[in-house]
Amino acid sequence: MAEVVSSQKACMVNPLKMSQPLGAALAFLGMADAMPLFHGSQGCTSFGLVLLVRHFREAIPLQTTAMNEVATVLGGLENLEQALVNLKQRANPALIGVCSTGVTEIKGDDVEGYLKLILNRHPELAETQIVYVSTPDFKGAFQDGWSRAVTKLLEQLAEPGRCIPNQVNLLPGCHLTPGDVEELREIIEAFGLKALVIPDLSGSLDGHVPKMEEFKPTTLGGTTLGEIRASGCSILTLAVGEQMRPAAEALKAKTGVPYVLFDRLTGLIPNDEFTQCLSEVSKMPVPAKYQRQRSQLVDAMLDGHFYFGGKRVAIGAEPDLLWAIGMFLSEMGADIGRAVTTTYSPVLEKLPVEEVVIGDLEDLEAGAVGCDLLLTHSHGRQAAARLGIPLFRLGLPMFDRLGAAHQLSVGYRGTRDLIFALGNLFLEHSCEPTPETWRHHVGAQTEAG
Amino acid sequence: MGLADKVQEVFHEPGCAKNLGKSEKERKKGCSKQLTPGAAAGGCAFDGAKIVLQPITDVAHLVHGPIACEGNSWDNRGAKSSGPLLYRTGFTTDLHETDVIFGGEKRLYQAIKETIAKYNPEAVFVYQTCVPAMTGDDLEAVCKAAAQKFGKPIIPVNSPGFVGSKNLGNKLAGEALLDYVIGTQEPEFTTPYDINLIGEYNLAGELWQVKPLFDELGIRILACISGDARYREIASSHRAKAAMLVCSKAMINVARKMQERYGIPFFEGSFYGISDTSFALREIARLLIERGAPEELKTRTEALIAREEARAWARIERFRPYLSGKKALLVTGGVKSWSVVSALQEAGMIVVGTSVKKSTAEDKERIKQLMGEDAHMFEDLKPKEIYRMLVDAKADILLSGGRSQFVALKAKVPWLDINQERHHAYAGYEGMVELVKEIAKAISSPIWSQVRRPAPWEIGSG
Repeated sequence: MAEVVSSQKACMVNPLKMSQPLGAALAFLGMADAMPLFHGSQGCTSFGLVLLVRHFREAIPLQTTAMNEVATVLGGLENLEQALVNLKQRANPALIGVCSTGVTEIKGDDVEGYLKLILNRHPELAETQIVYVSTPDFKGAFQDGWSRAVTKLLEQLAEPGRCIPNQVNLLPGCHLTPGDVEELREIIEAFGLKALVIPDLSGSLDGHVPKMEEFKPTTLGGTTLGEIRASGCSILTLAVGEQMRPAAEALKAKTGVPYVLFDRLTGLIPNDEFTQCLSEVSKMPVPAKYQRQRSQLVDAMLDGHFYFGGKRVAIGAEPDLLWAIGMFLSEMGADIGRAVTTTYSPVLEKLPVEEVVIGDLEDLEAGAVGCDLLLTHSHGRQAAARLGIPLFRLGLPMFDRLGAAHQLSVGYRGTRDLIFALGNLFLEHSCEPTPETWRHHVGAQTEAG
Repeated sequence: MGLADKVQEVFHEPGCAKNLGKSEKERKKGCSKQLTPGAAAGGCAFDGAKIVLQPITDVAHLVHGPIACEGNSWDNRGAKSSGPLLYRTGFTTDLHETDVIFGGEKRLYQAIKETIAKYNPEAVFVYQTCVPAMTGDDLEAVCKAAAQKFGKPIIPVNSPGFVGSKNLGNKLAGEALLDYVIGTQEPEFTTPYDINLIGEYNLAGELWQVKPLFDELGIRILACISGDARYREIASSHRAKAAMLVCSKAMINVARKMQERYGIPFFEGSFYGISDTSFALREIARLLIERGAPEELKTRTEALIAREEARAWARIERFRPYLSGKKALLVTGGVKSWSVVSALQEAGMIVVGTSVKKSTAEDKERIKQLMGEDAHMFEDLKPKEIYRMLVDAKADILLSGGRSQFVALKAKVPWLDINQERHHAYAGYEGMVELVKEIAKAISSPIWSQVRRPAPWEIGSG
């Protein structure tokens, strides 16, 4: 339905987009005892680090090969080698996720080749799993980096094996918060299934206080290497978000595990499909708890629809998040007045809106005039203030609010709470009528609209 | 001058005592330690340049690079403005693969054109980054052409990330100001009381904690470089009578060259700490009088210092009941490794240790004076070591930058941010009182006794 157009501007103003390597790094941060490593200049790492720290309010393990000008020209073999050896010595991670950046891609560093040389020279690195993903800054966006990293993890590490009947894989997109992932795991487990979550931010970045002996410089929790290897033994893969299709496909190609892709899990209908799927796979009836939650969601929709109907919303988010939240709002009766995203995805064309702009927050702000609500990440705060409309913070980064990791928008319960949060914003900002409210309508010509 | 020559020139800083002590060979290596891959922290030269220039509020800051440089970092600093907000808008050319292959100069020119058409800034600062530096985009040439075409200052900031550290970027940004901005306009009028503050960024509004002091003395801040600055102020800052280099050696090249070119004497000072603030005020008065301001400025300055110091000490004294005997660990760098110590001691606190990683020999001498000969000075504290010290109750509060925030919080120990990302202003007399108040608030929070309680089911098994 929607036409996807790219902004034709030479100058991006107020970026919505973040870089590919950062998305890849976040995927590696969902792995246990892991350390993402940017192959690039130290600034690439430091900016990403600050952004994630401010969002999650957690220490973020993230390192750099610290490429200077000379190393960039001569090639980064030595820097990569030193970085891996130093990381092994100082942090001893189980997994190092190497992400390329703009400079090292332009130079054309053959990282795969470098890694072979380095592993030959340093037998001590054999016990550390190294996964490399190519993520040039000048292509794609955050979501693409996440997708590529998860795909690479599965391609490299998953092993085919004998089927374990009650085991499923859950591949969450980067638009799901640690709270969302935790919710989905609980739902899956309620059907007597064991979920291997890849990657599992709910284990590492859910904001928890580690015991004294657990304090370490790598990630504090997340998917283990053993779990990734065992993903080839699952009966089914549940992929959430279109961005996870390549990863699910890769796993299927390597191990034969079939997959079902849920392009969103916000809203009644997709959750019915998800719940039904789990019931069929587990051959178990839907637990009473979730029947109850479904009923609560239906009631929330009934109570809430008054405040959503006819509202115009402007959304700026990465494709899968835009799709999930846009469809949900549309199903609640709101109109999408403006949709801006960061990178191409097949879901965009299906959005119930005339056009989706691959652009920036300036595009969002310009199109949000006359809208009732702005939905985007925390950088939308300046635009919302100028527009004089409320901002619902959505996605990453969310640096000016607490609890970004636990914002819930999936499942029956998550959708229910989202209705309340958004509905309350509409309620709070509803205008009280005054004697002047309708005056200009009287006698106005029809073209005034 | 090419970038490589510029970097060498900046490294050759005669105003820096540390630099002069080095051999020719050492000096060539520059003032930053070589980074260790896999064990490096901190920002790049582009980051450093942005820190210095972003606080100029009425210009557009346009980053020529792929999305990582601006997309991952924009609007993330706490420099405050009393007027224009344009500096908080993120502009970037968002270079794509085609720009890498065919060059990004046309896109950059177009981007400058769009920026001026839509936002009409006083000037455009254009930042070079690693990717276009590699592909060979000629930033200076594009800026020159655009400046001629659009009749506005277009300032090239040639400080791509990979040339070095944040500190080097600070200096390169200073060079851009010296080469393209300072001295290009004249102030509407001058007074014998005109000063520049160099290296003050108005983080959390700190400039506004000291500005009332200057206002009362009739001293005009002609330009703050660059906190809450307007382009015009910096362009006409060469008419100041004196300058203060605030808190850091990062912008020493600006202070020294302004002295050489325009005869503006400067001193190095800090607004962190009570005695430091007083010292700064005295120095400014002294320099202004030397440059022709009436002698009575000195008397007025001393009266103000006496009044404000007494007021600050009295207010800090009030926190003694909450802070007496409490132990603080300072993990910061440079000047702050000692400048806040006396205020903490006045409030009855014991400073159990301070990090001296970025401190000079002079800084270390000050620490000894304040904390005694056996003061604990740490060269390099690893997070795990800090964690251990806190868990073992060697300190009641950690004062540090954001990097060790979670080390303290996960150890369930109070923490206060005293570095650049902080949200509280701690400058001048007001600031020191504020700092002590914040420490008292952190230490006396009711949460500590609760969060340290083990879960009931853990007690029996332990």
